Amino acid sequence: MLAELGLAALWLCAALALLQLLGGALAQREATGELAALVRPAAIVQGVLAMFAFAMLLWVFAVTDLSVKLVATNSHSMKPLIFKLSGAWGNHEGSMLLWVTVMAMAGALIALIEKRLPEKTMQATLASQGFVALGFYAFLLLSSNPFERLPIPAIEGQGLNPLLQDIGLAFHPPTLYFGYVGLSVAFSFAVGALLTRQVTPEFARVMRPWVLGAWVFLTLGITAGSYWAYYELGWGGWWFWDPVENASLMPWLAATALLHSASVLAARDALRTWTIMLGVVAFSMSMLGTFLVRSGILTSVHAFAVDPERGSFILFLLILYIGGALAVFGLRAGSVTEGTRFKAWSREGALVFNNVMLSAILGIVLLGTLYPLLTEAFDVRVSVGPPYFNPVGAIFVVPMLLVMAVGPLLRWRGDSWERLKMPILVIAAILIVLAAAVYFLGDMSVLAWIGLTLAGGLAVASFLPLRGRNLRRVPIATWGMVCAHFGIAVALFGMASESAFTQEKLAAVSPGATEQLSDWNITLESVDPVAGPNWTALEAKLLVSRGNEKPVIVAPQSRNFWAPPQETTESALLTRWDGQLYAVVGNQAEDGRWQLRLWWKPFVTFIWYGGLLIAFGGVLAIIGRVKTDLKRRVVKRAIAQRRSFEEAA
Amino acid sequence: MRLTLWIPLMLFALFAGLAGYQLTQPKNEFVESQMLGKPLPAFDLRPANLGQPGASLADFKDGKPKLLNIWASWCLPCIAEAPHLERLKDAGVDIVGVAIRDRPQDVARFLAQHGNPYSRIGADDLSVIQLEIGSSGVPETFVIDGQGIIRHQHIGDVRAGDVPKLLQKLEEAK
Repeated sequence: MLAELGLAALWLCAALALLQLLGGALAQREATGELAALVRPAAIVQGVLAMFAFAMLLWVFAVTDLSVKLVATNSHSMKPLIFKLSGAWGNHEGSMLLWVTVMAMAGALIALIEKRLPEKTMQATLASQGFVALGFYAFLLLSSNPFERLPIPAIEGQGLNPLLQDIGLAFHPPTLYFGYVGLSVAFSFAVGALLTRQVTPEFARVMRPWVLGAWVFLTLGITAGSYWAYYELGWGGWWFWDPVENASLMPWLAATALLHSASVLAARDALRTWTIMLGVVAFSMSMLGTFLVRSGILTSVHAFAVDPERGSFILFLLILYIGGALAVFGLRAGSVTEGTRFKAWSREGALVFNNVMLSAILGIVLLGTLYPLLTEAFDVRVSVGPPYFNPVGAIFVVPMLLVMAVGPLLRWRGDSWERLKMPILVIAAILIVLAAAVYFLGDMSVLAWIGLTLAGGLAVASFLPLRGRNLRRVPIATWGMVCAHFGIAVALFGMASESAFTQEKLAAVSPGATEQLSDWNITLESVDPVAGPNWTALEAKLLVSRGNEKPVIVAPQSRNFWAPPQETTESALLTRWDGQLYAVVGNQAEDGRWQLRLWWKPFVTFIWYGGLLIAFGGVLAIIGRVKTDLKRRVVKRAIAQRRSFEEAA
Repeated sequence: MRLTLWIPLMLFALFAGLAGYQLTQPKNEFVESQMLGKPLPAFDLRPANLGQPGASLADFKDGKPKLLNIWASWCLPCIAEAPHLERLKDAGVDIVGVAIRDRPQDVARFLAQHGNPYSRIGADDLSVIQLEIGSSGVPETFVIDGQGIIRHQHIGDVRAGDVPKLLQKLEEAK
């Protein structure tokens, strides 16, 4: 019954999305479209109904209703409740429903509160949002119905991939979806502005919190995903340039470019066409990522459950939305008048440079990700990995970071060399000293050397915009920028340090024996079986210590799940301020010794601390921007009031 | 109308065309050997099973087509394919085995349990020969003609339905 209610709500949502699309489109033609008045209410009701449908899905998962196919194939009555719930979106159908629910909620929110843009632009925006949502509803209802019943209820569920039974991962996909949906809103605003030829600073200001929000969620999603791969997969690496990872990185790169160019548009009324283009590209990248991951088109050697029909459907949506938006862009962008001009040596100039570099990096990642697809058409199998991405990416990352150090110091419109000579020379001096110092620190790759040097320079440079200012009067958004840029330096330091100083040891150890790694002493105390709710494991007890520190027990496991049967390694991490000790236990050899894989990774945690700082900077920027927008609204109202008084008088 | 504004759409159309084409192509999940049609590389492997000869390139140059079976005692699908290799042997096929990263006692135990269809078995302790003939997994079976040229590659375990196909490939290699 509840599943059917959820399904009915979905059908109603689809109908409302259609109404939203038609109403918004018709409103563009006539002066007073009768349907136009329904656009905002349709968006709001759709948001409520979508939330209801998702609540129904959560419910059938919570009570493990095994007559629902999705529950039977993805859940298990023995699973802890939190993983039953996360199982609702840990599969294709459920995650699509979550996506469209968040999207409908976002649509409802802008329909409720956004009053700054001309009504026609808003209607075009909501029509675009309805159009995108409609495709996802069609996808759910026609090919991926999450509420499908089984003719005969199953006796027991088939479990959830044990790798996904992890609290971090339970919240990883939703985080990314919030990001993708935020970009869909930005996309709709861009399409709306383009259709009604209203590419104004006001449009940029309205779009910006959505882009920032999406960007914060994407940053958190990527950071969490990277940490998950690091500790859960047990390979000791934190980024693999895997198509799935690239699929999350590409929208982030586009969103980073977009939020900077939107700042230029909002502050200086320049870069109009470019901002629109990035709005379209950012969402395109999230759709493209979805397509690459779900169609199985790039997983040629390691085949997942590949469903060509599903892939075709997403490709169709991709062509419809992205092709459509790019066609509108081709038709309309020519009529968007050029914005204000500026000098190259200015804040805008630096931001344009940053945008070009980010786009180039995006292009490189996109090319590397799609290249196997291209060569396969000619029957050549290749896989593109770090040897391509790292050096080629660095060609553009390094100049971008150098400009990032200086850009925030520049004034809008144009600046003089004289004013900036001192800070730039200071940054250059720091870089040169660091480069020399790091060079003598030890043998490392060129990229690690550049990374360590740049990280130090950037860390100092990111605080320079605050120099000579009354810190209490610095706008919150500026603090956000400082924090995010400093986060980049911190993450870069972590990456370079991990690459330069990691020590690894693979050893066969008998109980009682001690191994040395860096300045750590690691003793294998014992290996014992332990039992969890739906797994059993062999747990190694390692007594680790360094110097005069009190010894600590570290316990990596080799875990066996029984529903479905699968073996996973649970690495054990010991975090210290200056790095992490990473231990994995392997098989037992015939002579009774255990295989241990040990790493000492100095400052590796800084990668994720950096990610968190970047995201926190984004949050500060949102707070700052929304606060200014509200203030602006109050001032505007006051001005309007005074005007009407004066006119009355 | 400015042409540059249409470039994004054109690039996207290129991608969409490519993706659409790839979606409609049948997915080949196996990595085929680049050595097909080429002669076997030179090798000389010590015996993997006591009392049975090892394998070398010279064995494949006696004018008679043979099967080269890459396997290992630690490999589960190899147990599944053992009866079908036995049938091939009964049909008069000469099967040369290459045991990957194996130990004589394990090999002997495996053969005692699942039968020994091999005329000779070489030990490839570091997967050197396996890599040189372009095999990416265990088990794999190659059809080698009388001159030592690799004619056909069968990836994965040999199943009942594969036996006539392999016999036919051997016939063609004569």
